[in-house]
Amino acid sequence: MGELRLMKGNEAIAEAAIRAGCDGYFGYPITPQSEILEYLMAEKPYEKTGMVVLQAESEVASINMVYGGAGAGKMVMTTSSSPGVSLMQEGISYIAGAELPALLVNINRGGPGLGTIQPSQADYWQSTKGGGHGDYHLLVLAPASVQEMSDFVKLGFDLAFKYRNPVIIHSDGAIGQMMEKVVLFDPIPRRTDDEIKKQCPWATVGKTPDRKRSIITSLELDPGKQEQVNLRLQAKYRKMEAEEVRYEEIACDDAEYIFVAFGTSARICQKSIELARAKGYKVGLFRPITLYPFPVNPLRELSTKIKGILVVEMNAGQMIEDVKLAVSCSLKVEHYGRFGGIIPTPEEVTENLISKVIGG
Amino acid sequence: MTEEIIIAGFGGQGVLSMGKILAYSGVMQNKEVSWMPSYGPEMRGGTANVTVIISDERISSPILNAYDTAIILNQQSLDKFESKVKPGGMLIFDPNGITRLPARKDITIYSIAAADEAGKLGILKVFNMIVLGGFLKLKPLVAPEFIHKGLEKSLPARHHKLIPDNEKAIEVGKDLIQPFTPAD
Repeated sequence: MGELRLMKGNEAIAEAAIRAGCDGYFGYPITPQSEILEYLMAEKPYEKTGMVVLQAESEVASINMVYGGAGAGKMVMTTSSSPGVSLMQEGISYIAGAELPALLVNINRGGPGLGTIQPSQADYWQSTKGGGHGDYHLLVLAPASVQEMSDFVKLGFDLAFKYRNPVIIHSDGAIGQMMEKVVLFDPIPRRTDDEIKKQCPWATVGKTPDRKRSIITSLELDPGKQEQVNLRLQAKYRKMEAEEVRYEEIACDDAEYIFVAFGTSARICQKSIELARAKGYKVGLFRPITLYPFPVNPLRELSTKIKGILVVEMNAGQMIEDVKLAVSCSLKVEHYGRFGGIIPTPEEVTENLISKVIGG
Repeated sequence: MTEEIIIAGFGGQGVLSMGKILAYSGVMQNKEVSWMPSYGPEMRGGTANVTVIISDERISSPILNAYDTAIILNQQSLDKFESKVKPGGMLIFDPNGITRLPARKDITIYSIAAADEAGKLGILKVFNMIVLGGFLKLKPLVAPEFIHKGLEKSLPARHHKLIPDNEKAIEVGKDLIQPFTPAD
């Protein structure tokens, strides 16, 4: 078993990055995720594994440093919170268009605009529907514990390289700031330049006689060729939808009603299940772990066995659209949300299930 | 066993670190734990609070609206959290600076004059450990040996010389805490 520690979610991301063999972190501080950069600067991995840790002059610079590092086949990442991630969208679209692997983290805070520094899930649409321009998807992982904050860094890098596609960890200020037990995975050495050359034939690492020329670009002025790029991207997204769906069902075996929630909301719903069951209601939780690809088929299958759904989000109703599409509006689907940095209480979630779904 | 605790006071009183030491001690005793702080400008001189959960089972929500125990170190926190203690639950408060005393009859209330005592003993830095000692006397969730390990894990190595002071403060707190009966 790996090393056991009590850590903040943000610290777990930073430690996991070092252990995953990350080559470079480029970031700019913003609450509620500044501990990631602070932790890395305190740990000084550049003196141990050789991992670069750089505070850029802005989020725009960070994401373009990630773009450059990814083009060279390096394992690179950036982290930010909502307004900072908005600034990065142009670069994210370019990385998706150029088909490069990168790990992004958004520790959501309340918006729009500068909003608040308190937790939120209001960037669901931005993460899952393509926050930048063009027809692209990020692969979106939604941790609900500090353990998953650590685990999804390694998983995120694996998936980013498997698909040559940016992966985003979509979390929020509550999980970033809270401490829980975490079992850290054993450190993996950074890849050598030779290993990168072998594993990433597409990387721009210099044209030696044994290599073809690599070109990293998201520009293709011939629409016929650009359509082929789009078709290739779409084929990749279909493969993700077929192979990368992840979800968790809690107390669903005998459930008549379920919550659908991710991240912090999913944790609150677990308490709401205890409260609802104490009142005699058979309630469970369906927790999407990949927000894209959304777990359409498992949710559709579960929906045939239940009477109603309450979607709980710290936003005004974003994931509910995917839930309704998944179940083809075949049963009652209601929403309960708090926003602007307010976290719903387990009690109010249970009351809303009873009033909007069970009793209504 | 699941114990859901809120610790609340002024920023700088050691609220968050008291919670961290308790949580880390729980980890050392192989319990499930969560530590959910207030964060941001609140921590810089305003009110600070942390929700600590220690359990034998997987913890559901780290964010709560009702608590088994509230540990209260200033008036604002008493005003905010007295009503959030579960019926039959427990409230511990330091009377220093309290002008409106707790009044609920359906919970058990204790007072601990930790700020005064820390001043008398000249151990103001470990004031929060006196309070923790009082709590642990009433609810011995973690054994002293694991508190020691929790202190070792929570404090940076350069502060390990302060561990004996911390442990002494915990013992002081155990003797200092006393039942409080609200006025009719």
